[in-house]
Amino acid sequence: MSSYIKRPNRALQLYAVLFLIVLYVPVLFIPLFSFNDSIYVRFPLQGVTLKWYGELWTREPVWNALWNSVKVGLVVSVISTVLGVMAARAITRTRMRGKGALVTFIMMPLVIPGIIFGVALLVLLSRLGVPLSLYTVGLGHLIICLPFAVATLLPRFEGFDPSMEEASADLGENGWWTFWRVTFPMVMPGIVASLLLTFTISFDEFIMAFFLTGTDPTLPMYIWGQLRFPKEFPSVLAMAALILFVSFALVFVAQWIGRKGLEEQE
Amino acid sequence: MTPSDRFISIRSVSKRFGAFTAIEDISMDIGQGEFFSLLGASGCGKTTLLRMLAGFEAPSKGEIFIDDQPMSDVPPHHRPVNMVFQSYAIFPHLNVRDNIAYGLRKQKLASTRRAEMVEEMLDLIKLPGYGNRKANELSGGQRQRIALARALILRPKVLLLDEPLGALDKQLREQMQLELRALQRQVGITFVFVTHDQEEALTLSDRIAVMSGGKVLQVDTPAGLYETPRTRAVASFIGTMNFFRGTVRRNGSVMAAIEAEGLGTIPMATAQLTKPDGAPVQIALRPEKFSLSPKRPEGGLAVEGRLRTAAYMGERSQYYLSIPGKAEPVAVSAPNSHRLMGGHDLPEGQALWLSWSPESIVMLDID
Ligand SMILES: Nc1ncnc2c1ncn2[C@@H]1O[C@H](COP(=O)(O)OP(=O)(O)OP(=O)(O)O)[C@@H](O)[C@H]1O
Ligand SMILES: [Mg+2]
Repeated sequence: MSSYIKRPNRALQLYAVLFLIVLYVPVLFIPLFSFNDSIYVRFPLQGVTLKWYGELWTREPVWNALWNSVKVGLVVSVISTVLGVMAARAITRTRMRGKGALVTFIMMPLVIPGIIFGVALLVLLSRLGVPLSLYTVGLGHLIICLPFAVATLLPRFEGFDPSMEEASADLGENGWWTFWRVTFPMVMPGIVASLLLTFTISFDEFIMAFFLTGTDPTLPMYIWGQLRFPKEFPSVLAMAALILFVSFALVFVAQWIGRKGLEEQE
Repeated sequence: MTPSDRFISIRSVSKRFGAFTAIEDISMDIGQGEFFSLLGASGCGKTTLLRMLAGFEAPSKGEIFIDDQPMSDVPPHHRPVNMVFQSYAIFPHLNVRDNIAYGLRKQKLASTRRAEMVEEMLDLIKLPGYGNRKANELSGGQRQRIALARALILRPKVLLLDEPLGALDKQLREQMQLELRALQRQVGITFVFVTHDQEEALTLSDRIAVMSGGKVLQVDTPAGLYETPRTRAVASFIGTMNFFRGTVRRNGSVMAAIEAEGLGTIPMATAQLTKPDGAPVQIALRPEKFSLSPKRPEGGLAVEGRLRTAAYMGERSQYYLSIPGKAEPVAVSAPNSHRLMGGHDLPEGQALWLSWSPESIVMLDID
């Protein structure tokens, strides 16, 4: 017996399957062609090979670019998550005027095209005479990542009763200990989810990096540079396949942790 | 007043949230070791007052003293009070044992001593063996008891309890009431207990503050509130009460009387009645202060009424009678120890005599 809401709906199932096909089939071509024994991306496939992955392995600039991206990603994810925790706490725990407007401002980068932010930052930085580097890329990424961090953390802060923190204060703990013993463990799943999500976003980000990169390229910038050389293309595909895989894994882990934490709290 | 009668002293405290006044100019003292209840309908400001004692809200005006110390600059974690929250606030990421031991961190106890104290508390709240449970594996009543244990383990000078027995069933509730009372006597902690259950307040408390709309209407012992309420609001909040409008009749300085609607002229002791001739008064009589009889009783004050309805309630019955000169029926409560002409089998419209003595009349302030 199925309840009124949960009864099976054929049309909806078909729609969901079609939706997933349209969404993911193009993406699946990337790993597929990364195993193709030809530099041309076309059917039929010539044969299965791992040589593009091998070639990737030996290229010094790839590893430099990868390391740049990891560095920026780590720093950006930590800073945006810390700022996100403070923002989410302030939004949910204090009475202040113009709170709605503040939240809108924080979320704005989600809807403003990255190209506008990129150009604006570039103009500003060159006016100030700041040289472009990984720091400027990080700054750009921070702007993009902060709304995602806040959006991930806000529900966790909204979800727990403020009297938890009051109970801790009542039992003799000051603000700092209350944060460590109550707030932090309770929002921990949100913090992990935010770190993973913002790292992934920074790692994959292209537009900001396009405007703000100095001499050290991030991985997406490096890939973009390689696209001009047709014979490099298969190893770019190999790398894209790897990035795809790691990104998927991170997002899944982030989602899983987030959901697990919410279940525990119920 | 001795200092220990003013262990908690609330001086002209008001609390506003924006334009809304939640607490309006409350002044009262609570003695050391007293079981003090705040009683009032939902939204009257009980939680707000308790939160000001705990330090979560600052008074907009006035000052609170605990143990002679002004509290305005003392943050919640330095106040000698602990609170049992209306929503329990059990930490969901900790098990029962760690919840109860939460406040012990600063005391730097040996872990065996700590475990011992937790076990004692678990025994006290009748949840032995529950130490490893998670908060989400507990019922509402169990959470409340853990919240109580978590506060009690710190032996605070003052324990604030915000409707701590609200989620319990009748049996457990009565058992916990007895235990709370015994515990409070035993450890000598001052309890400030919030409830909207008048019966609970009457059985547990040394004194009760009846609150309404952010104000304290009356502070008194349970018997004092029941027998001599000062206003109609207090009288109707606690138990059932019959109200009569009346006028003072004086004939010289010795004799005084009240002419009350439906009750006729009631002679009063002059000490009880200070108002001048012709002044309007409001008097009240509890249902059990009336006696019912089929014939006019000899001597004393009596009027004849007609039975409207009767409700059989086990050890006693509640009768509603209409009497000439009064619109609302009069409630009369009589024990069923000797059934009154068949008790609840009396027919509607039966004529009965109500009698009462002038001493049982309560004079109310006109509000
Ligand atoms: N932070 C706040 N901001 C605005 N108004 C508030 C706030 N806290 C309480 N109030 C208001 O103050 C009044 C008293 O609230 P309070 O929680 O003290 O009532 P209560 O007597 O504890 O009621 P209950 O029995 O339902 O718990 C209510 O009208 C409530 O809406
Ligand atoms: Mg309340």
